[in-house]
Amino acid sequence: MNEMEFFIDHSRCIGCRACMQACEECDTHRGASMIHLETIMRADSVQTAPQVCMHCEEPICAQVCPADAIKKTADGIVQSSLKPRCIGCSNCVLACPFGVPKYKAEINQMMKCDMCYDRTSIGKGPMCATVCPSGALAFTTREQIERTRQGVAIREWSFGGEVVKTKVNVLVPRHVHRIDVSVEQLGMTSTDEYDVANLLMGEPNGRK
Amino acid sequence: MKARWNSDVVHAACWGLLVAGILLLAIYFGSGRLRHFDAALVPYTGAAVFAAFGCGYRFAMWLRRPPTRSYWFSGWRIFFRPSRLPANIARLLQLLFNDFLEQRFIEKRSKLRWAAHWLIAWGCILAAAVTFPLSFGWVHFQNAPHDQHVYRAFFFGQQVFTFHLGGMVALLTFNILDISAVMVLTGVALSLWRRARDRGAIAVQQFAQDMMPLLMLFAISITGLFLTASTHLLHGLNYGFLSMMHAVTVIFALLYLPFGKFFHIFQRSAQLGVQFYKDEGQKGEQARCIRCGEAFASQMHVNDLKNVQSDLNIHYELPQGRHYQEVCPVCRRKSIALAQDGTWRELRTPETTRTLWPDHP
Repeated sequence: MNEMEFFIDHSRCIGCRACMQACEECDTHRGASMIHLETIMRADSVQTAPQVCMHCEEPICAQVCPADAIKKTADGIVQSSLKPRCIGCSNCVLACPFGVPKYKAEINQMMKCDMCYDRTSIGKGPMCATVCPSGALAFTTREQIERTRQGVAIREWSFGGEVVKTKVNVLVPRHVHRIDVSVEQLGMTSTDEYDVANLLMGEPNGRK
Repeated sequence: MKARWNSDVVHAACWGLLVAGILLLAIYFGSGRLRHFDAALVPYTGAAVFAAFGCGYRFAMWLRRPPTRSYWFSGWRIFFRPSRLPANIARLLQLLFNDFLEQRFIEKRSKLRWAAHWLIAWGCILAAAVTFPLSFGWVHFQNAPHDQHVYRAFFFGQQVFTFHLGGMVALLTFNILDISAVMVLTGVALSLWRRARDRGAIAVQQFAQDMMPLLMLFAISITGLFLTASTHLLHGLNYGFLSMMHAVTVIFALLYLPFGKFFHIFQRSAQLGVQFYKDEGQKGEQARCIRCGEAFASQMHVNDLKNVQSDLNIHYELPQGRHYQEVCPVCRRKSIALAQDGTWRELRTPETTRTLWPDHP
């Protein structure tokens, strides 16, 4: 009950990028941030969202890896690709339902968030959650998170017909048991770059 | 599922037996029907034949995995396309030089790692290139009939070159295993140094996967050097015991070869095929994300991944004939956040607002 777990609440993100800076300090990938921070729709909203590896129970990245280079530790952490094995094909980058793995062309290897294994394997919190000022990323006990937050922490997702269970939790209202990344959210929302000058001139959408 | 597993095992075992059988035939005929085969080296040969079986078995099992099979066949199909074959051969030579001979991709990860790996890899290749042909009887030496100071080297029964016993070629030929042992020991020392100091490596390394192979290479190299020391410096002191120790370490490594970290030597060949696959993908049609419309991968790669996912029972099919594999990684991350945010937005009616936040104005 008192086991430390990772919780993510995308809607709390304030886009400060502290998580990205802290991530670069992690010893297993020093100097390279493994966390993604997305600006959702720049013209309409200041909404940003962090994305860490969700550490799936049955990682799809590992299943589609032709080199058998992605391994999960006994404590449920999906590691970066094994350096001797990774052949840099990017199958994992394209197949991960959460869009997490990064292909580093210069070293021909996939790297990803490993929940700061240098820290979490010895009982410390991951860098990103440790520095997040808004609580969008938190590393604490389930009891603590549910006592201090609205809603509940769940770890089940669906992508079309694929149900994915993860080690990392997401905070949702109490009636939600699974997040369905449905076709409505995948509607044709353009993410073209916006021209800020056009926006200031009152152009309807400011598209370039 | 169990039937599929059994079929995979039988299939792989057949490949293993075939590889081991080819090696046995090569030993028989390559050694002049065992005329040049040294019976004292039978334990080495036995372990090598087992390693051949194990490598064939594991490689075949590896190729039974849907993503591996997909890349394997696509890579060869692209490589052997007649119109591109000459260019592909040139590209292969370039890749072999960069990725195999120089191993530059490792240098970009870390210079220390590269130096250690290069020394270990080429030390082992050099040693293997000498010991396997010698112990299989493929290579043997004879004195020249008219001059005891000239050696003739035979490969598969054919004389390939001669050398004078006092020359540099003789010095290199008779000490090549000592040279390779020094290379491996230097590489092992650099690796251990890195693994003892790099906090990232310390966090993820495992004894069986990372330390054991280094210890094995150390044991083989040091016992090999002890044999030389015993011969040249100690008048053969404990040579019998030392040669037995050396044999044990080599045989253990050969038995470990198909099932441990050393197997990456064979798996890395896939890296070459992937390069051809990527080159082909870049020249072809690009897949565009169904959400943002941006190109994010080759259409060939996306289509192949859909087939692989189908084989793996991964069901990314979306309503209206769409497929989650057609969404780019950036839009996936945005969709995740929008989906999570959407669960809260559904609650934001005046009624729920009053329920959740009674003091809300």
